[in-house]
Amino acid sequence: MVSEYIVELKNITKRFPGVVALRNMNLQIKPGEIHGLIGENGAGKSTLIKVLTGVYMAEEGEIWVDGKQRHFQSPEDSRDAGVACVYQELNIVKLLSITDNVFIGRGIKNKSGLLDYPAMHKEAKAALAQLGLDIDPRTQCAKIGMGLQQMVEIAKAIQLNAKMIIMDEPTSSLGEKEVDQLMDTVRKLKAKGVAVLFVSHKLEELFELCDRVTVMRDGEHIVTDDIKNMTNDSLINAMVGRSLDNLFPKEYGVKGEAALKVEHLEETGVIHDVSFEAYNGQILGFAGLVGAGRTETMRAIFGADHLDSGNIYVNGKKVKNRTPDEAIRNGIAFLTEDRKNQGLVLSQSVSTNLILASMKKFAKTSLIQGGKVKKSGEDMVNQLRIKTPSINEIVGQLSGGNQQKVVIGKWINADADVYIFDEPTRGIDVGAKIEVYNVMNSLVKQGKCVIMVSSELPEILGMSDRVIIMREGKVMGEIDRETDQFNQESIMKAAWGGKLA
Amino acid sequence: MTNTNKISAKDIISKVGTMMALIILCVILSVSTKNFLTFTNIMNIFKQASINCFISAGMLVVLITAGIDLSVGSNCVLAACVMGVLMQHNMKNPVVLIIVALLIGVACGYVNGLLLTKLHLPHPFVSTLGMKNVTLGLALIVTASTPIGFQNQGVDPVLWLGSKTIGGFPVSFIFVIIAFIIMHIFLTRSVLGRQIYCVGGNPEAARLSGINSGRVLRIVYTLSGFLTGIAAIILVGRVSSANANAGTTYDTDAIAACIIGGASFMGGKGTISGTLIGALLIAVIRNGLNLLGAQSDVQYVVIGLVIIFAVFIDVTREKMEARARLKATKL
Repeated sequence: MVSEYIVELKNITKRFPGVVALRNMNLQIKPGEIHGLIGENGAGKSTLIKVLTGVYMAEEGEIWVDGKQRHFQSPEDSRDAGVACVYQELNIVKLLSITDNVFIGRGIKNKSGLLDYPAMHKEAKAALAQLGLDIDPRTQCAKIGMGLQQMVEIAKAIQLNAKMIIMDEPTSSLGEKEVDQLMDTVRKLKAKGVAVLFVSHKLEELFELCDRVTVMRDGEHIVTDDIKNMTNDSLINAMVGRSLDNLFPKEYGVKGEAALKVEHLEETGVIHDVSFEAYNGQILGFAGLVGAGRTETMRAIFGADHLDSGNIYVNGKKVKNRTPDEAIRNGIAFLTEDRKNQGLVLSQSVSTNLILASMKKFAKTSLIQGGKVKKSGEDMVNQLRIKTPSINEIVGQLSGGNQQKVVIGKWINADADVYIFDEPTRGIDVGAKIEVYNVMNSLVKQGKCVIMVSSELPEILGMSDRVIIMREGKVMGEIDRETDQFNQESIMKAAWGGKLA
Repeated sequence: MTNTNKISAKDIISKVGTMMALIILCVILSVSTKNFLTFTNIMNIFKQASINCFISAGMLVVLITAGIDLSVGSNCVLAACVMGVLMQHNMKNPVVLIIVALLIGVACGYVNGLLLTKLHLPHPFVSTLGMKNVTLGLALIVTASTPIGFQNQGVDPVLWLGSKTIGGFPVSFIFVIIAFIIMHIFLTRSVLGRQIYCVGGNPEAARLSGINSGRVLRIVYTLSGFLTGIAAIILVGRVSSANANAGTTYDTDAIAACIIGGASFMGGKGTISGTLIGALLIAVIRNGLNLLGAQSDVQYVVIGLVIIFAVFIDVTREKMEARARLKATKL
C-alpha cells in the first residue's frame, strides 16, 4: 500500500548523555502540505530536524521517505532521499557566488572533469526563477541580504528536487517585507507539490501559513491536527502542558534605593545616550527586538566591552568598570545570554564552575580550600536543584537547564548587589525556567537588584516590576507594572519605534 | 553516582595505562639487556630525563591553556650560551650566572606572553615560533657559533645542579621531584592553577567571570620561560658546555612528554604526574635503544611512533568514555 505521507517518522528515540532528546516521536508529513512544528525551546525540535537531515542517527524508530524506509547515516543520505533543510543559521559561504552556494558539494562537471559553470549558472537561475526571483546567479552572496540568502538556500533545495524542505525558524532574522516574500515562496513550493516543515515560534505565522501543525514537548509528540481546529490557547497549552498562569511565579520584593544608575552611556555605533535606574528589591525588564542594543548595554556596564563615555553608579557610588573583574568587585553579576561560550567552562567540573567568579573567597593564602568548595558546591546543587551525578561531573555533560543553574550558582557565590540576567531562560525547559524565576524572586526578596534582558514578552510581562524598552541602541521608554501601559501592545509599539502615550 | 565512579575508575586506568607502558618497557629492557637494570643506568636515565622534565612542566602549563611554546629549546640554549659568554668575560660569580640564566628564561617567556596577549597574534604557535628563531639566532650570535666549555673555568658551583649526585642519585632529579610536587600543588590547589585550567577551557567565560585571562596567560608563558631557565642550568652542568645547537629536540620532546602524559592541544587537560611519566618514558626509550645499540636515527622513528600511538590511545579512550556515558543514561 502506498503511504499517504511523503515523510514519516515512527517512534523515533534519540538520547544524549544525561537526557532523552526524543522519545517515541512520531511525525507525518503529506506531500505538498505546509506542516507547522512548534514546541518550547528544548522540546527537541532541533534534534528532530537533525535526525531528519541525517546529522544524528536515532537509536530507535523508523524513518520513511516516499514509501521507503531509510537509514540516514549522513546528511548526504538524507539529501539524496529528498529531504532538504534551511537552517536558522544559513549555510551560505558568503565569499562565493549564488551558483557556488546552490551547487555546494556537488557541481555539474563537463567532459574534461572541470566544473561546467555555464550549465550551473543556468540551473541556478532556473531554480531562482521558480521562486519568482530574477537575480544574476554570479552575484557574491555577501552582497545580498539575509532574505535573499535564505532564498538561495531554498533554491538549493529545489535544485536538489527536494520532496520536503525543513525551515528552521526561517523568519527569525528577517524584516517584515522579507517575511512576506518568504511566505509567498513557501506557498509556491506547496503549489509545486513540495512539502514544507515549518518550524517557528511565532504562532501567527503558523495560523497564516500552515495546513497542519504538530506540537511537541519534552521530546515527545503531543498533538497533530489541522491548524483550523486549533487556537492560540490550545497550542500554547499543548506546548507548555500547563496553563500560563503558573508559568511566571511572580513575587514582590520591597522597592529600595537605586542599586544601579547609569547616565548617558555611549558606545559609538552600538548604544547611544542610555540612562536608567534599577532599584533594589525589583526586577527591571529590558525588552526590545533582537539587536536593539540591550545585551550591548549590559556588556558595557559589566566592563566586557569598552564604553566611550557615560557614568555608572552602584548603590550611589560612582564606579568605573573597565574589566569584568572590576565590575564584579563593584558588586555586579552578569549572566550572559550565551552560556556555552561565555558562561561556563564546559570541560571543567560543576564545582569549579560554581567558584569561577569567586575563587578568592574559597582560598586561603592563595590555596583553594577543597573542603569549603565541596561543601558550598553541594549546598548550591541542593539549593538550585541542579541535576548532576556529583559536583565533580563535567558541566558539559549536563542538560541546558542544569547548566544554566550552574551559571546562576556561580553568580550567587559572587554575592553581587546587581544581578544582570541576559536571556536567562533561553533554551531551557519549562520546569527549569520556573526555577530560574524563583531564583530571581528570592534575590529581589533579599533586597538585591535584578535586571532581566529578555526577548520573550510573556516573560518580561510575567516577571518584571518595571520595563525599559530599547530600540537601535537607544532607550525608547519605560513602563511600570502598576500602569495600564504594562502590556504587550505598548511594549511592541515602543520596540518598533512608536511613541508611548 | 555510579556514573562518576565508573569514570574516575577509568581515569585511574588511563593513568596506570601510561605507567603500565613504562613498567612493561622497563621489564622488557631489563630482560633483553644486561645493563639496563643497574643502579648506574637507572640514575643515568633520571639524569637524562631532568632537562626534559623541567621543560615539560612548563610546556604542560602552556598546553593546559590550549597554547603551545615552541621556543623552549632555543630559550634554554640561549640562557646556557649567555652564561658561557659571561664566564668567558670573567664573570665567574655562580650566583650571578644562575640569576642571569633564570632572568633570560623569564624574559623570553614574558615576551611570548606579551606577544600573545598584547599584540594579539592569532595563536601562540606564531609568537613562539618567531621567538624560537630569534633566541636561537641570538645564541649563535653571542657564541659566534662556537661551543663554550665550562670545565676548569672556576665555575664549578654552577655545574653542581646538573652534574652532582648524592649517593649516586642525581641532584638534578631531586630538583625535578621537588619542582613537580610544587607544580602539582600549584596546578591542583592554587587559585591561579584553577584559573589556568579555566582559561584553557574557555578564555571568554573566564574573562566574563572576572578572571584576567591576559594576565593568566602572561604568567603561564613566563613560568614556562622560568623553567627553561632552570633547564639551562642543568644542561650546562650535565654536558659542561654551552652549545647553541644543543636544543633542537627539546621542544618536541617536551610536547611529546605532555601529550603522552594525557595533555591535549585543546587545552583544559593534563596533569603533572602524567607529564613526569611521559618524560620518563621518553628517557627510557632513548636509553634502552642506546643499550640495544640503536643509533639516534632509529630513536627518532620509535619516539615518533610512540607519540602517535599514545595520542591514538587517548582519543580512543575518550570515545569509549563518551559511549559509556551514553550507555549509562539509557539505564
